[in-house]
This record gives sequence, structure tokens and C-alpha cells, in this order.
Amino acid sequence: MREQDPRFGKPLSDPPLSPDEKLDVTALLEGLEHYRPRREGWTWRTLVPGQRAYEFTYHETSEPLAHGVPLPAAHYFENIDPQPDCVITTEIASGRPEDDIRRMRMAAWHGADHIMVIRTAGQSHMDGLLEGTPEGVGGIAITRKQLRLSRRALDLIEDEVGRPINFHSYVSGVAGPEIAVMFAEEGVNGAHQDPQYNVLYRNINMYRSFVDAAVAKHIMAAAGILQIDGAHNANATAVKAWKVMPELLVQHAINCAFSEAVGMSAELIALSTVPPDAAPAPCMRMDLPYAIALRDLFGRYKMRAQQNTRYMESDGRDATVSHVMNLLISRLTSADIQSTITPDEGRNVPWHYNNVAAVDTAKQSLVGMDGLREMVKVDRENPELKARVRELKERAVLFLEAMLADGGYFAGVEKAYFVDSGEYPETNDDGIARDSAGGVAVGSIVPRADDYLAPVCHHFGQNHLELLPGYGAAAGATACTLIGGCTFCDDTKVPFTDELDHDDNAAVRLTQTAEARAKGLITPEVEWAGDGIVAVTMFLPAAEAIAEAAALELGRAMNLADCEVIHKRVMHPAEGTLVELKGRLDVAIDPATLVIPEPPEVLTDEEIRDFVHERTVRCVAATVGNDEHSVGMREIIDIKHGGLEKWGFGVTYLGTSVPIEKVLDAAIEHAAAVVLISTIITHAEVHRDMMEKLASLAEEKGVRDRLLLIAGGTQVTDEIARESGMDAGFGRRTKGLAVASFIVQEMRARGV
Amino acid sequence: MAREDTFAEAREHLEGLTDAELEARFWELSRACVDPMVELARTHTSPSIERSVLMRMGIDSLTCKTVVAECEARQLLGHGVGQVVLVAMQAWGVDAPAAAARLAAGEGWDLAEAKWGGAR
Repeated sequence: MREQDPRFGKPLSDPPLSPDEKLDVTALLEGLEHYRPRREGWTWRTLVPGQRAYEFTYHETSEPLAHGVPLPAAHYFENIDPQPDCVITTEIASGRPEDDIRRMRMAAWHGADHIMVIRTAGQSHMDGLLEGTPEGVGGIAITRKQLRLSRRALDLIEDEVGRPINFHSYVSGVAGPEIAVMFAEEGVNGAHQDPQYNVLYRNINMYRSFVDAAVAKHIMAAAGILQIDGAHNANATAVKAWKVMPELLVQHAINCAFSEAVGMSAELIALSTVPPDAAPAPCMRMDLPYAIALRDLFGRYKMRAQQNTRYMESDGRDATVSHVMNLLISRLTSADIQSTITPDEGRNVPWHYNNVAAVDTAKQSLVGMDGLREMVKVDRENPELKARVRELKERAVLFLEAMLADGGYFAGVEKAYFVDSGEYPETNDDGIARDSAGGVAVGSIVPRADDYLAPVCHHFGQNHLELLPGYGAAAGATACTLIGGCTFCDDTKVPFTDELDHDDNAAVRLTQTAEARAKGLITPEVEWAGDGIVAVTMFLPAAEAIAEAAALELGRAMNLADCEVIHKRVMHPAEGTLVELKGRLDVAIDPATLVIPEPPEVLTDEEIRDFVHERTVRCVAATVGNDEHSVGMREIIDIKHGGLEKWGFGVTYLGTSVPIEKVLDAAIEHAAAVVLISTIITHAEVHRDMMEKLASLAEEKGVRDRLLLIAGGTQVTDEIARESGMDAGFGRRTKGLAVASFIVQEMRARGV
Repeated sequence: MAREDTFAEAREHLEGLTDAELEARFWELSRACVDPMVELARTHTSPSIERSVLMRMGIDSLTCKTVVAECEARQLLGHGVGQVVLVAMQAWGVDAPAAAARLAAGEGWDLAEAKWGGAR
């Protein structure tokens, strides 16, 4: 049992998770009225300079995970899973808290330690809090119960992976101060808070937005909640993203300056910054000067590097390449938090495995570019770069000068200064204009009277606490003494409200999958347990419109319901189209009915070595057919890869593209007991032909009985090999130990 | 009003600034921009702010909503809804959640009326 790490806070009373067991969602929903978070505030990763892993030294990594899933190629490197220096974000939006938490666990295993829960459409216009666990659209209803369930699950998950997880959502809309209080009480560690977002994109009255924001930010600061601003939205909505850069600098500055003025410290303020452009624009050369101008101006604050969504289409490959270029900008400049956008966000609400894909993309890129900036430096004296960095700063200053001359921020918004498609001072008169006497919740702010009083702690603004008897006297009464303590001082006072809707809640939804969970039935899913959604990728030799119609028919022929084409890409106008189709498969598999092949039994090193030493075991090995690949066979035989030579097998490797006849002649000449052939790249069943030819030729030459014939390769399975006359077959990722164990066991069985 | 890119002319007064001076100007302007908004926030309140005060007094969200809505109707927001609850707590000798529950049920508004006047 690991010692309690002070970064995590108090030990948990829930039993720890077991990596081979699913989260018990039903149990986590029970007793939430008593569940309390064990710490507050944001946690950064713990950096480990010069960290060693396998044969490598890293310059920009942090403490490793206790449990995780390493990158796909990690098995070549002793399964190391180096964790980059910056916090990695994933955005969770299933709309159901009971499904969100399962996805959080998967993302955490791949390296996410900032879990951002997207809100349901419309919550920002609700003047007050929601309660219970109603289903959301495109996100979740943020409620106290939903936060407690998620925090409880994340507390277990962070113990499982061995790294604190930051939980995050949104303090925006017309209930910002209340949401901020709830976040402070429920152990939320980070939040978006930017009144400009309310004004520009949610049409909430501008006075109300800023008045509320001051109180909300002050509360967030008290709870150590890291703030992320909303400027990236100007990029996402801009007509031409490369024209919006001066305005982005202004938006960041307004939120930063306002936040500090109401009591938030610089280290709790993070800028949400995104490289605005994407290829086919020469995006790196366009976006790098912006990234540098931003970091010059905002060096006191944290950088949350977001990935581009403005130019995302339905193509997951295209999105991934854009995001890797975004990550290169992060590595060449700086990022404290690296956010990720799922590669499917351009076509649907993100699916489970695309959260994981996005986290993997960030981890892979950041680790791959570890220490790169020590060798590859931005040339600050490059004339184009230098001029552009200066120009962006000057354009932003001109924006601010003009807005102040025009009457300030509120006047500027009324005059549509923001989200204009021109690069300031150019304007195209197409910005977003908002009326100060309009918008949601207009007329709802009230001047504080001379006796305004709020008898609670961490309240921003005029507050006549001197009216409280005994306040500030030697007795040391605080703002909340007279009420016997506020929830920030006495956690037992935090209230809990359970379900208000008896039909729309997690417990009711879980009854629909209760049987499947009890029996462990398996149905494919992308968002919700049992949703049945699968995606099928197909190339159809037809023009785009015909291919789309044909794909839908093919989906129905595959027994898929509600088929929908989610992506198309023309390969050639006449030759064909790639189509990705989704549909619902209403099938559940009972694992009790499945036949699972047993993993091959392996022997100890001593057993193998003793057997081989007692009798010389000679092997002949070759890559057969017209095949020049030797890597796979080398893995099996070379001593340095833990291959057969390690235990003393005598191996003669004949090379690549060796004819079958030559293999058998060599086996006879060397008096070998074992023949190993490898067919790596095969099409049109060449691997079967090769195996069958080896078996029949061995029969012809009368040596079949005294030879063990073994085949390996990417397309080979033990079943196929045996069907083709071999004694055994080995597929991808086979280690020398499996082959050596088979040889020894088989020779023993044959009484050799 | 649409305007061509006038950057070349508009920037002339910035030409002589060093990078550090330009950056200082950027922040000076930004702070000037937010100053009146901070003052607005310091001197005003809203229904959500008042509900956030009641929440910190340990009151559940449904009760917060009802009590703040009633205070809004009675034009009491400017005195602080926390103070309205505090007056009831002191009069009845109960804690904040109990006082707020009774106010939400329609009891005790005469206390506020006596202090600040203005029946609904």
C-alpha cells in the first residue's frame, strides 16, 4: 500500500480501485450526501529533471504513473510511459455523469490529469443552480450531485494512477457566483471564468456579467481554483482566424487585469490560447509570431495551450496533424497546460476512444519533442518574425487606445469592436454588437446600499461588516462569526440536494443496463453504456454521392440501425471514395459463451537452458518468399533481443527472400531439429503457400518427422500455421521465450 | 463602419517606443479599461451574488432561489439578502438554514419591512 502522498490530501474511505475491475457506478452513487472532497486547489505535475527511463534521459518530464497505458510502440522500450512536464487536459461530454466517470478513468490511464467537464447546452442561461443528475445535451448538467459523483470517482482514479487529477468546469452564465461557491465546496480545481464570453457568445447583459464575475473570481481565488479565460472562442468564431490576433491579446488582457483587480493572483490565471490557423495556410509561420507576442506580454500568467477547432472537419487524420503542429508551437514556446481536442469533435460529440486518442497525441508529441527547444531555438532576430511580433502588439495597443477613446469596454462592445473579421485597425463592420440595455438578465444588478451586508467570508466588494456587533474587535470576529461560520470555514454546513426529477436521473438510467452489468454482457459503445454504436470504415469504388448512398445500404445489410455517414473523402472523382459510417448494433454478447484461447505456457530460463545444454539443438531460420524483412526473425533469434541464442540454441540465419528448397537443404546439411520461417508482408495468401510448400517438401525429402516446422509473421496465427502443415505458428509481438518454450515442450513430448 | 487597414498611419505615435515601453503601455491601457468595471462590481450586487451569499450561509439552492426572488420583489437586494436572513435568525434565535426555510415559507417578512420599509 502506497504511503499517503501529501499532494492528494486525506486518505479515502472508499475501497481502492482494482485495475482489472470496472468502476462500481451504482455504489459510487450511494451515500453521496456524506461525501466530501479531500483537498482544494490546483495541482501541477512534479517535474523530474534529467529523468532516466529505459536507455534514455528526458529533459521535460514529470513523475511517472503507478498505472497507465503506454504509447503503442512502448513495448520496444520496456513499456516505459514517460509523462510530459505539462498538465494534459481532456474534455468529457457524454451528457451522463455515470458514463462520464468511466471515460475519465480511461483518459487518466493514458495521461490526462485535467478533466474538463463540458456543460449541457443552455445551462449558462439558467438563473440559479440545477440539482440531481438529469441528462444533458452536448455536455452535462453541472449540479452538486454530479460534481460529488465525479469528484468521488476521480479521487479513486487519481489514487489508482498515482497522480492528482484536476477537476474542471465552467463558472460562466448568469449563475456564476453560485457555481463558484459550489465548485469551492465540492473540490473543483479549475474553471473557465471570463465575463466577455457571457457578453459576446451568450448575450448575457454586460453589466450583470462583470458584476457577477468579480464575486465569482474572488471566491475562486479563495479556493485556489485555477482560472482559464475564454478568448479562444474569438478564434473559433472568427471569419478569418488570422485576422483576430490583436483582438485576442486585448481579450486576454481584459480578463487578466480584471481578475487581478478583484483579488486573483497571477499564478491562478491561465490564458486559453490556441494557434489560430491551419494548413493549407502556412499556419506555423503565421501562428508562431502570435504565440511569441502573447508570451512576451503575458509572461506573468500561465499558458493553457488549446488546439485548433476553427478549421476542424470530419477527418480525424487531418485534425490530428493540425494538433501535432499546435503541439510543436507549445514545445517551441511554452505551455503549462496542454489541452486536447478529440479528433472527432468536427463530426460528433466526442466518443470515449477519441478522448484517449487526443490525450495520446499530446503525450506522444510532447515526449517525442522532449528537450527539442534546447537544440531548435526560435530565431527572435528573424526579420519577418521580429516585425510581426511587434506589429501584433502595436495593433493590440491601437485597439485599446481606440476603445478607451470611444468610452471604454462597454462602449466598445456596443460598437462591435469584437469578433470583427478585419485585423484591427482594419474593420469589416461585422463584429458582434451587444446593447448595454439588453441581453439576458438585463436590469438585474442593484446598487449596494449604505448598509449592504453579507455575513460570509471571501465576499468581493462593499460589505459593511462594521455593522456586525463585535466585528474586528479584539475578540477577532470574522465576517461569518455571527452566523456561526460559513461553509468555507465549517465544511459540515455544506448542504446537499438529491434528485428533483424522479424520471430523469442516473439511477433510473442505470436500471436500463442493470441486467447487462450484472451478467457482464458486452455491447459496443461510444458514449453511453449499451449505446450499441459502431463505426465502419470502407472504401467504395464509386463517386462521392453514390458512395454515400451505397454505404448506407451496406450498413443496413450489416444489420446496423440508424446508419449515418460521419466522414467522406474523395480518393478520386471516378475511382472511389472513403466512407466512415456509424450505426447501432443491437446485440449483446455473453462472455460465458466465448472460447478464449489460453496464452501459451512459457518455461523458466533455467529449464530451457538446461534442456538445450544437455543436447545440442540446432535451428535453421530464414525469411522466405520475395521478402526482404529481417526484423521479425532477428527479434526471435538474436541474443540481444532475448532470442533463441540466449539459451544456447544454435541458429543459422539464411537471410531474406530465401527459396523454400534452400531452407530444407540447409536444415538437412546442418542436421537441424528446428526450421523457422518468417513471412512478414503477405498478400494473396502468400504466407499460407509458403507454409504448405515447406510441409510438403519436407514430406517429399523424408525429413518431416525429425523436424519441428515453425512459422511466424504479422499475418500468421497458430491456427493458420497448423492448418498449413506447420507444428506451430507465432503472430505479432511474439517473444523468443514463447518460441523457445514451445520447442522444448514439443521435443520433450516427442521424447527427443 | 468598415475601415481599410490604416495600421501604417495609426501606429506612428508608437514607432518611438521600445518593446518594454510598448508592453507597459498595453497594460496601462488594459487596466484603465477594467477600472470602471471593477468599481461597478464593487458597488453593485445581483440575484446570483445574493444567492451565493446564502449558499455560504449553508442554505440549499431551492431555498436560496425563493428567498432571493422575494427580496428582489421587495427591493431588498441592495441591503444584502444575507442581512435579511440574519435579522430573522436573530429575531427567532435559529440558524441560517432554518431562518431561510421559514422566510421561504412566507414567514417573517414583517421583520424586514420594519427595518427597511417597503411592503411588496
